[in-house]
Amino acid sequence: MKKLNCIRLGHNKNTENCPIVRLGIPESVRIPMSMNMGAACEPIVNVGDFVCVGQKIGDNQAFFSVPVHSGVSGTVTAISDYQLPSGNMCKAIEIQCDGKQTLCESVKSPVISDKASFIKAVRESGMVGLGGAGFPTHVKLSTDAKIDTLIINAAECEPYLTSDDRMMLEYPDELAYGIELISHMLDIPHVIIGIEDNKTASAELLTKKTANIKNTEVKVLPSLYPQGGEKIMIYNCTGRIVDEGKLPSDVGVIVVNVSTAILLARFFKTGMPLVERVLTVDGDTVGKSGNYLVPIGTSVSYVLENAQCNISKIKKLIMGGPMMGMTVFDINQPVCKANGAVLAMEKITENRESACIRCGRCVRACPINLMPTEIEKAYIRRDISSLQKLKVNLCINCGCCTYVCPSKRKLAETNQLAKAILPRTAK
Amino acid sequence: MLKISASPHITDSISTRKIMLLVIIALLPSLTVGIVMFGLRALLLTLVCVVASVAFEGICRIIMKRRQTISDLSAAVTGLLLAMNLPSTLPLWQAIIGCFIAVVIAKQLFGGLGQNFANPAILARIVLMLSFTSDMTTWSITRFMKGADGTVTTGATSLLQSGSVETGATSLLHGGSVTTGATPLVTGNASYTDLLLGNTGGCIGEVCALALIIGGIFLIAMKVISPVTPLAFIGSLAALELIAGNDPIYQVLSGGLLLGAFFMATDYVTTPITSKGKLIFGLGCGIITFVIRQFGSYPEGVSFSILLMNILTPYIDRFTMTKPLGASEPVKENV
Repeated sequence: MKKLNCIRLGHNKNTENCPIVRLGIPESVRIPMSMNMGAACEPIVNVGDFVCVGQKIGDNQAFFSVPVHSGVSGTVTAISDYQLPSGNMCKAIEIQCDGKQTLCESVKSPVISDKASFIKAVRESGMVGLGGAGFPTHVKLSTDAKIDTLIINAAECEPYLTSDDRMMLEYPDELAYGIELISHMLDIPHVIIGIEDNKTASAELLTKKTANIKNTEVKVLPSLYPQGGEKIMIYNCTGRIVDEGKLPSDVGVIVVNVSTAILLARFFKTGMPLVERVLTVDGDTVGKSGNYLVPIGTSVSYVLENAQCNISKIKKLIMGGPMMGMTVFDINQPVCKANGAVLAMEKITENRESACIRCGRCVRACPINLMPTEIEKAYIRRDISSLQKLKVNLCINCGCCTYVCPSKRKLAETNQLAKAILPRTAK
Repeated sequence: MLKISASPHITDSISTRKIMLLVIIALLPSLTVGIVMFGLRALLLTLVCVVASVAFEGICRIIMKRRQTISDLSAAVTGLLLAMNLPSTLPLWQAIIGCFIAVVIAKQLFGGLGQNFANPAILARIVLMLSFTSDMTTWSITRFMKGADGTVTTGATSLLQSGSVETGATSLLHGGSVTTGATPLVTGNASYTDLLLGNTGGCIGEVCALALIIGGIFLIAMKVISPVTPLAFIGSLAALELIAGNDPIYQVLSGGLLLGAFFMATDYVTTPITSKGKLIFGLGCGIITFVIRQFGSYPEGVSFSILLMNILTPYIDRFTMTKPLGASEPVKENV
């Protein structure tokens, strides 16, 4: 099996020994109605309504959408338009918290009998892929294809991030239950937990915990970026290649993020939907780096204040890891479902671009085997046919090309721009 | 104010300037040996080349109203590489013309760093060779050569004038009664030790095989160059020489092969990007060098072979495009 290209990054897992700490309830939360791929939700509560923890506050009839629940109890004070970091607008529900965290009556463990009721329940849990992409979990699990392998993605290959690692260490039993549940309901005979070798404690613990589950193996992979990319994970765990325009299920595989599996298990045990999440908070302005559990919709500034961050010093605020995370312009940005980290950086690298010297480092770094330097040249010419031949549409935006470029060219960014000018049909 | 930018938000510490600096460091052993063997004239010539190249680059950028690029050190590398390819006795004004050709004609007129179709130092060397054949093939003898009296002899010059004059060595390895100063490739009578240590006639930077190998290994170890090109170049030439009944080790150690294989055929801009492309490039260089050395009227073919392969590079690149993971159809050549 040919090895895929990859790069070595400094791990910076400064918070790997920081247990998950629940922060206090903020005064108010603002919960966006669009936190995942798919259609945005419509609010189903009104201003002035009292909402409880776990109550559904937004939904949509479309299958490719995920309902939104409240993680706090309190009064809805506003439903306003909100601009997401991506630039798109959506509605957001603001709730004044009463601090009592009254539990909603609807929060009870769902009754499931078959796959259909399981998928329905998964949708009601509000679950999305927690690794960053935010793909609706019920859509992923509702495939009709024959699945023979369930991969639990525990790579967490981004530097700094340790929230998945902490989840595994602290909730291994839930993970085991989640794995059993998914593999049983979808009739998947084989389970692989893909984990990087820099998480030895988690790997050992999971090996022990899953020893009694049939056909489940913990696969320790080298700590190379982007090990956790879905296509990369599938290839390195099974040797299978997901072809262009195909889904993992087309090669008999489903990949589920480890935190997703844990929280799904919790939902089926307690009925609590996805209303809170663990964030790795780190960066050189943060005094008390750590892993913090907050209700979804909590503002980032509240999290940073609690982490003793010197907010005035922040030059760049990144939601997610340093390789694929998105910078935000608003410190009051709410924490969304798929956010795994907040990095508040003072020291940032600002490089001046210089001419491409054709060194080929980007080509040797690309896990998909693309030629970013050629793509860039074709993009500058707006040469659609070359871009199609160069398969820029396959770029996973892992950022390896930009990372290794000695001329500091923004190759990954250019790839995304190039994808955007491809005609829609040319996939 | 929060800064907004596209991911990734971290980058490797490697830079163009650092790469160029590593190349300069890798050339220092050869330069040192060159100065030891040929005296301070070699140092003077090298300094003139570096200063002239950087000056030409700077002036060019000013005239063209482009961003100043001398700090990326690429012009300094070009000057240094060119000096390595010159005999230590070359008149300084000729060397400066060489720098002009390298930096202005071959590089800046094509758009600067990254845009030149041929290796600037190679092109300059070839132009100087054709323009000042006599001076370019006047080899100073080294201080350790037996009977050295510091004088300069014109060893293999006649070779290059026309076929009619037959003094000294006529073709590769035929030398029996050769003047002391000729390159070992022409004389064919230097010992392996002399070739390894640089105790032979030749250009400043090409005489000491050991220093070049050290520099090459350094660049490979620092991941500046890929071992594919030099191995393919040296390997194919050695194999062909062996088949032709020549001494392959002698052929590899003498002449400009090691300098060319490690430092010129690995130039990023003018050679293919992929490993497959580099292999083809190296093999092509080896074959052309062999053909010129064996059958041509020039004693040395390294610079011509690299120049010819430079010209083929865009085509090699086109036919050696990578196949993306899971791409639905074979990637066709880029028309």
